[in-house]
Amino acid sequence: MAAKNYRHALFCAIVTLIISFPILGFNLEAKGINITLTGAKTSTIIAVVLAAVAVFVFQAYRDSFTGLLGKLPKLNPLADREPMEQTKKAKLESWILTGIVVLALFWPFVVSRGSVDLATLVLIYIMLALGLNVVVGLAGLLDLGYVAFYAVGAYTFALLSQYTGISFWMALPIGALLAALFGLMLGFPVLRLRGDYLAIVTLGFGEIIRILLNNWTTLTGGPNGIGGIPEPTLFGMEFGRRVKEEGNTSFHETFGIAYSGEHKVIFLYLIALVLAVITALIIRRFMRMPVGRAWEALREDEIAARSLGLSRTAVKLSAFTIGAFFAGFAGTVFASKQGFISPESFVFLESAIILAIVVLGGMGSQLGVILAAIAVTILPELAREFSEYRMLIFGAAMVLMMIWRPQGLLPMRRIHIKLNRQE
Amino acid sequence: MLEVQNLSMRFGGLLAVDGVSLDIQEREIVSIIGPNGAGKTTVFNCMSGFYKPSGGKILFEGKEVQGKPDYKISRLGMVRTFQHVRLFTQMSVVENLLVAQHRHLNTNMLAGLFGTPDYKRREQKALDRAAYWLERVGLLDLANRDAGNLAYGQQRRLEIARCMVTEPKLLMLDEPAAGLNPAETKELNQLIISLKEDYNVSVVLIEHDMSLVMDISDRINVINQGCPLASGTPEEIRQNDDVIKAYLGEA
Repeated sequence: MAAKNYRHALFCAIVTLIISFPILGFNLEAKGINITLTGAKTSTIIAVVLAAVAVFVFQAYRDSFTGLLGKLPKLNPLADREPMEQTKKAKLESWILTGIVVLALFWPFVVSRGSVDLATLVLIYIMLALGLNVVVGLAGLLDLGYVAFYAVGAYTFALLSQYTGISFWMALPIGALLAALFGLMLGFPVLRLRGDYLAIVTLGFGEIIRILLNNWTTLTGGPNGIGGIPEPTLFGMEFGRRVKEEGNTSFHETFGIAYSGEHKVIFLYLIALVLAVITALIIRRFMRMPVGRAWEALREDEIAARSLGLSRTAVKLSAFTIGAFFAGFAGTVFASKQGFISPESFVFLESAIILAIVVLGGMGSQLGVILAAIAVTILPELAREFSEYRMLIFGAAMVLMMIWRPQGLLPMRRIHIKLNRQE
Repeated sequence: MLEVQNLSMRFGGLLAVDGVSLDIQEREIVSIIGPNGAGKTTVFNCMSGFYKPSGGKILFEGKEVQGKPDYKISRLGMVRTFQHVRLFTQMSVVENLLVAQHRHLNTNMLAGLFGTPDYKRREQKALDRAAYWLERVGLLDLANRDAGNLAYGQQRRLEIARCMVTEPKLLMLDEPAAGLNPAETKELNQLIISLKEDYNVSVVLIEHDMSLVMDISDRINVINQGCPLASGTPEEIRQNDDVIKAYLGEA
């Protein structure tokens, strides 16, 4: 037993060395036009060796360490208390959600412009994650190409505004509906697929859309992207210093206040907030409707669901379509926020991040997904100094989550429909 | 009501079912028995649309249904249970029954989003029907539990209740007594008879528990190695030499 432990620990330590030494132990230095390889400082090498030793010690005595950890939660006075009742928990969740929304309403008026901008991005990710949550969390269909629908929404607005001069408010429903249509189209060929196979096909679909956008230069401008996407207006009032379009007035002149660039940012933020809240409410409602129950039934046991008269086709397509619809929403807001989009924004990594948000948050759980979206978007911004190690931190966080909380931050609590006994 | 004519099902080189015919009248309990691997469940899978039969006809109320998709057959009123219980384990007991009533509900998404009166009325009706059947199978107290947390016998009963809320005309039970203790089997016995007597449902039954089969069946069909061996009333089957041979081996 002990020998096996040490062998395992030695193996882990060697893996640590193999991974970290080439990355940290060497430096590339430019001398004139040549690049030479030099060894790193002694302190770095010592640190690498120390890390390997630490790994060895931890792995060799892992059982006693985890034993110690097991005792730790006892220090937490809340650990032993009775679990809360389901209904109470559900109520608490609604209260927290309401609290977040109220807080979010006041947010832009107290913080800097940069924070508002970031918060808008968070809201876009919340919309995306909530939409993907329908497909992955509720219907149990692993979709790795979700970003495609996001791209469809964004490009719909960008192209329509470029060619027809359409406004944000017109583009919003069109973008969402077109994304939904793409969701429907993707749904048809993948109906029979499940699990890994489905993941591969959706991954392919996401890439097809991106490559199409990249190469259809005459229409989309290819890698150059599309710029000059208009900002949303408030009842015909523009937020720029000067009015661009005939017939519109400008916001600051109408209200007789000084022009400030912040108005526009805050307005966009509020739009994103309203849309995110609408998304959350609609999906919450879906979860208790027949269609939501059908999604879950199909996830739980497809054969039983079919034997009870549920059409696999209709149920899966509805999940794909609705998920894509909200991605289209988010895409339109994103295009308007950036003012410029290119295929760069819709790479596979985006899909992976959105999926990571859903998994981290707890599949199917709305509050969890919202919190995870906030964390995943904001943490990299806070840790800008460590930007080189961003992916490393991200990966480490994922591994730790899978060990300690594989069900996600806040595992899904189903909104049960209660049977109240009438006497 | 249901007529199976000369049904055959081939998996590659294996002829799993060969020329099986069944005939089920209204308000009748018909059993299919046979040794393990005789092809009983395959017959069920063909009838319920999970398999597309290689040959033969299945007539339900005079219309050919063989090869139709499973969910359409279920909507016609032929609903089945499974040899291994298949519940939606993470959903509550009452939700299991609501899913089964999907086609009776207003599934228009806008109606649901805005909670139209018709939507609410149908949801309520579905809840009432679910409550009625839970009471009927003695699970009303457990209505809000997760279905996966029920005891095995309760899960079996829930599965039957889940079929019954769809208001079927023909119920297909695949080994409903498997894993039940004698007391539970007795309850099941009464339940099945009551389904026939009180709710005018025909029942096709696959079962190994001979006392149950002999007790409640109006007629019995015996299948052996995919081929029909005998059919008749319980009395006739009990005395049929071929059946005795197949079950007990030749002396």
